[in-house]
Order: sequence, then C-alpha cells, then structure tokens
Amino acid sequence: MTTSEPLQIDRPADLDELVAAVGSAGLVVALGSGSHQDVGGVPDAAARRVVAPAGVRSYDPAEMTVRCSAGTTVAELDEVLGAAGQMCPLDPVDRTRTVGGVLGLGRSGPRRLRHGPIRDLVLQVRFVSAWGELSTAGGPTVKNVSGFDLCRLLVGSLGTLGVLGEVVLRCLPRPPEARWFAGTADPFALRDRLHRPSSILWDGTTTWLLLEGSAAEVRAEATVAGLDEVAGPPPMPSAGRRSVRPRELRDLRGSFLAEVGVGVVHLDGPVAGRPAPAEVLLHDEVKRLLDPDGRFAPGRELWGDR
Amino acid sequence: MPGGSELVDDLRAVVGADRLRSGPFDTALYSRDGSLIRGDAGVVVLPVDADEVQQIVRVCHRHGTPFVARGSGTGLAGGAVPVGDPVVIVLSKMDRLLEVDVEERVAWVEPGILNLDVSTRLRPHGLHFAPDPSSQSVCSIGGNVANNSGGPHCLAYGVTSAHILAMEVVLPDGRVTTLGSLDPEPAGYDLRGVFVGSEGTLGIATKVAVRLTPNPPDVRTLLLDFTSVADGAAAVSGIIAGGVVPAALEMMDRPAVEVVEAFVHAGYPTDAAAVLLVEVDGPAAACDAEVEAIVSVAREHGVRDVRVAADDAERDLLWKGRKAAFGAVASVAPDYYLHDTVVPRTRLVEVLDEIYDIAARHELQVINVFHAGDGNLHPILAFDAREDGVIERVHRAGEEIVRASLDAGGVLSGEHGIGIEKRDFMPMMFSAHDLELQDRLRAAFDPGNLANPEKVIPSGSRCGDLSPQPVPAGAWV
Repeated sequence: MTTSEPLQIDRPADLDELVAAVGSAGLVVALGSGSHQDVGGVPDAAARRVVAPAGVRSYDPAEMTVRCSAGTTVAELDEVLGAAGQMCPLDPVDRTRTVGGVLGLGRSGPRRLRHGPIRDLVLQVRFVSAWGELSTAGGPTVKNVSGFDLCRLLVGSLGTLGVLGEVVLRCLPRPPEARWFAGTADPFALRDRLHRPSSILWDGTTTWLLLEGSAAEVRAEATVAGLDEVAGPPPMPSAGRRSVRPRELRDLRGSFLAEVGVGVVHLDGPVAGRPAPAEVLLHDEVKRLLDPDGRFAPGRELWGDR
Repeated sequence: MPGGSELVDDLRAVVGADRLRSGPFDTALYSRDGSLIRGDAGVVVLPVDADEVQQIVRVCHRHGTPFVARGSGTGLAGGAVPVGDPVVIVLSKMDRLLEVDVEERVAWVEPGILNLDVSTRLRPHGLHFAPDPSSQSVCSIGGNVANNSGGPHCLAYGVTSAHILAMEVVLPDGRVTTLGSLDPEPAGYDLRGVFVGSEGTLGIATKVAVRLTPNPPDVRTLLLDFTSVADGAAAVSGIIAGGVVPAALEMMDRPAVEVVEAFVHAGYPTDAAAVLLVEVDGPAAACDAEVEAIVSVAREHGVRDVRVAADDAERDLLWKGRKAAFGAVASVAPDYYLHDTVVPRTRLVEVLDEIYDIAARHELQVINVFHAGDGNLHPILAFDAREDGVIERVHRAGEEIVRASLDAGGVLSGEHGIGIEKRDFMPMMFSAHDLELQDRLRAAFDPGNLANPEKVIPSGSRCGDLSPQPVPAGAWV
C-alpha cells in the first residue's frame, strides 16, 4: 500500500453483511490480500476498503464444482479440493491471495498452456452491484449459456464494475503425477512435439517443462521431451508482466521468464502502461452503465501501469 | 414493405439486386431457424464481405431499422428468427478461411464458414476446431460464436468461448472494432467473452480468430451398455469422480438407441436401457490407462457389454449414430422439439425420471440422447404437428422440463441459447436487477436496440417491468 492514510476496512462475515458494507452510495475498493492494489493505478485513499467474506460454502467432488466466498485464500481452497483429489488451477505464486483478488486481477497462472485461462474456470458469480444489490451472473453448472456472460466481464475488471462476494468454480482432477523437467532444448520445437504440456517456461537459455497426468501419460511425454527431471520451476519474477503474441517470444532479450505457447512474459522490473484496447469508447460505456457514479475502484484504470 | 422502399433502395445500393430478397415468397426461407418458432423476414441481404456488412448496418442505423444476423439457421431457440420486420443479414456467403498460423495455432475465418469445414481444411496441419455441435456439418462459426455452442467434445476441451481469441465486429451503429486479441492478456474488460454467446444482440462478427487444437495422437471410443438408466448414470459419475475426464461422455436411452440403430445400423444394442458412448484421447499409453479405468468403473456399475471401436471406420460409425439421432427421430414422428437444459451430474437419474413422467402425462414420446458428462440434457419430444392440440402439450411439457431442471439446481440452457424460446423463462433464473444489469451491458453495445431485438432479455427489463410477456407480435410458435 503506497498511502499512509489510515483506511477504513470493512470485513463482513457473510453476503448480507457484504451488501450492507458496500451499500448503495460512496466510493468502494474491493480488497483481497492487498498484494496487487496498485495495479492500474493507486485507488483513491478516501474510498472504503471492503474485504469479501471467506470460506468454502459447498463442495461436491462428484459435481467437480465448488462454491466459495471471494475472500477465501487460494491456499484454503487448494486444501479443501486437494482432500478430494481435485484442484482449481488459479495458481497465483502467492497462495495467501484470495480467490476474488485473483479473479479480479484476471491473471492466469503458469499452467494456462494446458488448463486454459482462469476466466474459463468461473461458472457463477454473486457480486454487489453499484446499486448495492446482490446480483447473480452465470449458473452453477459446468455448462451454461443462459443470458449475457457477466462472469467473464468481471474477471480481470480490477473491481471496477462490482464487488465479488461468492463464486462457483469448475474443478479438475488433480493429476496423479506432476513432474518438472529442464534442459536447453528449443522450447518452441518442444511445444510442437508434446501433446498437452502443462507449462513451458523459457528464460532465453534454459527451458523448463511441467508434465501432468497419469503416470503413463507423463512417462510417454517425458520420453518425447528428453529433458532432465528437476525439483521445480525457477523463481517467477513478479515486478512486471507483459502479454505478447506467442511467436514474439522468440525476439525477447535481457532478463525474462516467458510462458511459451501462451505469450505471458514475467519481468524483474515494472512495465510502464499497457496499450489501450481498440474499443475504448465501448469500455467507457460498459463502465458508465454498470457503475454510473464511478463508485468502484476509483483511481484504477484497466490499462494503467504494470 | 417494412421500413419503406427507401430502406430497400439503400440496401440494394450496397449489395445489388441479385443479393437482396424481398416479398413473402423469396424471404420465407429466412423466417425461421431450427426451432418451431417462425417470424417474418422483411428484407434479406446477402453480403460477401465485411465492408458490405458495415454498410448494411449503417443503412439500418440511419433508418432506425433493426437487423438480425444469420448464419446457417440451425439454431434451436429462435435466436435467428426475425421479429418485428428486421433486415435479415445472411452471412453464409462470407465463408472464407482467411489465414492460418500453424505455429500459434490460430486461424482467421469469416463467420459463414461451416464448423466442420474449418477442421477438414486444417487436417493437413494436424489441427482442428474443438467445439463440435451435432449440426457441425452445416452450422457456421458465426452461429457458434453467437450461441457459444458446445458439442460432445466440449467436456474436455471447453465450449466455443474457450476457442475464440478475437473478433472483428461491426457494432450496431456501424463502427468496426476488434474484441479480444491474439496475445493472452489484452488490457481492458473481456468484451470478447461478453460478445461470444450474446446471440447476435451486440453486433455482427465479420472476422473470427479461432483457436486450433492439435489432433490427438491417439483416440479410443467405447460403447458401454447398461440394463438400467440409473446404472448408466452412476457409471458417468463414477468415471468423472475417479479422476478421468474423457474427451466425450454421451448417453442414449433405449428409445434413442432403437431410433438410431434403425437409421444407421451401427450395431447399437437395442435391448439396452442405456448406452454410454465414451471417448478418450491422448498419447497411446495414456489412452490405454484411461480405458482400463473406465471399464473398471463400468463393471462396478454392472455394465453388460463393452465394445471398443477397432478402427476409425468403427469409431465414425458409433459417432454417426450419436450425431444422427435428431434426424433419425423422423422415423418416429414427423416433428420434434429438442430441449436443452443442464442439471448437476449427480441428479441426472432423478431428473430423467421426471422427464419420463412429464412426457407420459402429456402423452408425448420422449427420446433422450445427451451430454451426460456435463449433465447437459437433450430430451427430444417427438410428435405430429397435425394432431389437434399437440403443440400446446409440447410447450407445456417443455416448460415443465425446464422447471424440473432448475428445481434440481440446473440452468435454462447448456448450449442452445435463450433466443425467443426461453426468453420469458429468464426470470426463473435471474432477479429483475440481474436482468437489468444484463440489459445495461447490452445497451453499452447497442443503445438503440437494433441488433436482434426481442431476444434473450425479457422485454421490460429496462424499465423494471418483468411480468411475463407473450411471444412478440409477428412471431408464432
């Protein structure tokens, strides 16, 4: 937190209290663990900070879906799902971050290559709208096309459209085996040879590979890869992050760690600004219609720094 | 003529006389989709490129005339049915594969290209487009985008939204913009994600970047037959709970098997109560391990027979049975109404039982062939529309099926969309405020409500009046 002003932080215990805490007027910043509050710009110090409730609400492993409050830490979610042999690959480096915070930031973890972006894990969202009402988007089942997809809109919205209260997430079987390998193989050629690698990281010299699946699958793919098994991935630089087309990774120079096949680049230093999208007017209109008074996350811009 | 002849003249100036249709005879084909709902197509235009689409939309915007984009017209919820004399913009002439990037596994296509054509043309590169709705040989990518289409293989690979990276779209005021990006984390809201599945209400996609999936190195397809639906459904849950997510996991009940077998002669066991069609893919060793795990679960649940397709020909035949099911229904009755709801996987058996009861109560024949792995039910009510009062019974049964699914913790639609068919059911799943927020999102793209009006959101959501509205004037079911 870059401000020294004392902040008012509300910590509601359940959805009803969350609705009351957000209210229907006044500036509000949704606060997760606080690790990425300044992404997109430092939020207005005068805005009330509201932390969503925590805890897994319901979980039936046979459905492979979990309902949890947005303030639940990823570590707690992992623990509950892991006990039933499942997982939800949100994969932040810091597992004390909250589910709502990870989704609001919208950045997928390093296993995106196999498991897809985190926005595809979100089935239903319950959030407090700018009018102070508890609202629902999406549906609780693994497949649903009923109505407009506000879930995807909220993922990566930096809390600018609503305050996440509770989410239903899709779970996956925890792979029986997960093994890291490393070597100097060309990561781009490696990606073409393997069927469904979980992660290929590259710093310009060394290639790291994560294989997941049944013992048979991992063994078969490891033979194809021909790398040496290692304990784990290298430390992930976290000061900056860029998103480029996967083929542009070949041209990277200097110090970086790139997700090959995905296009995310992790950097040691901050990245100034991000290119604004082509449809700025449309973005402004979405914000204006869903948060007419600009109550949520004042000071944060979707294409601000870092 | 709706909108007056000035509108028609302006449209003719864009596409020429040979690609404009007007009058009831020439537009009748465009008055309906794959559902039972019919509307009225005022003027129909068939643009050949994005520039023409933009000019057409500008004409509509200038005249304040609504428009409906249309792909192959295979939708099942009335999403492409023209309501209120709109201009129908048919995109089937825009069917080019524009660009393939094999390294990045992405292709730019026009919206009218057929789903299966994309995969067929990419076969030499060892790539395909993963969503595979049953209509894939005739449905278009633009239609898939509009409906966020699914298909059997979406169980493992995800629905259309997971396979669309970016789109060039014409907004309802005629502006052209790009939503999404070929890089993984474009700045801003995920308006790409909002557009996919919006059923043509936010604009028209004129160019689509589809994500391509490598063809699996190996595939195994199994047919498992059970002497009770409950055993089959328990096997479905058992397979998933055991940690295997097959590429596809489909179920057919006995009436479905009978109908399909008479049609395709795939050797389906017509005396089984339920048949599961299961597919796994990946490296050969992994496939073998998964087949072993699946068969072992199936045995625990009393599987009677296990048939593994010996080669591609047998695999294609087994799939042909599944994908031809809807066509095969014609041998039972001349008309059918295909439903689409999702229920929690663990409640499949009880909801199926309820569906059998509902059909019996309304004296309708019901056939179930569906995506069991994700709980996506597709009850088919077969009937003869010439029979007096049967349409009303079909609709009452349909509504009861929707209610039973929602009561079990399910949703209105898994892959067919809301369109007109389920528009007035939306308040069963969403509050008035939820719907108002959805409508505000729509209004950000289309303040004048010109793009496919009267679809998805019940009329009145903008002013808070959510009393159920009848099907809009000009449409009949």
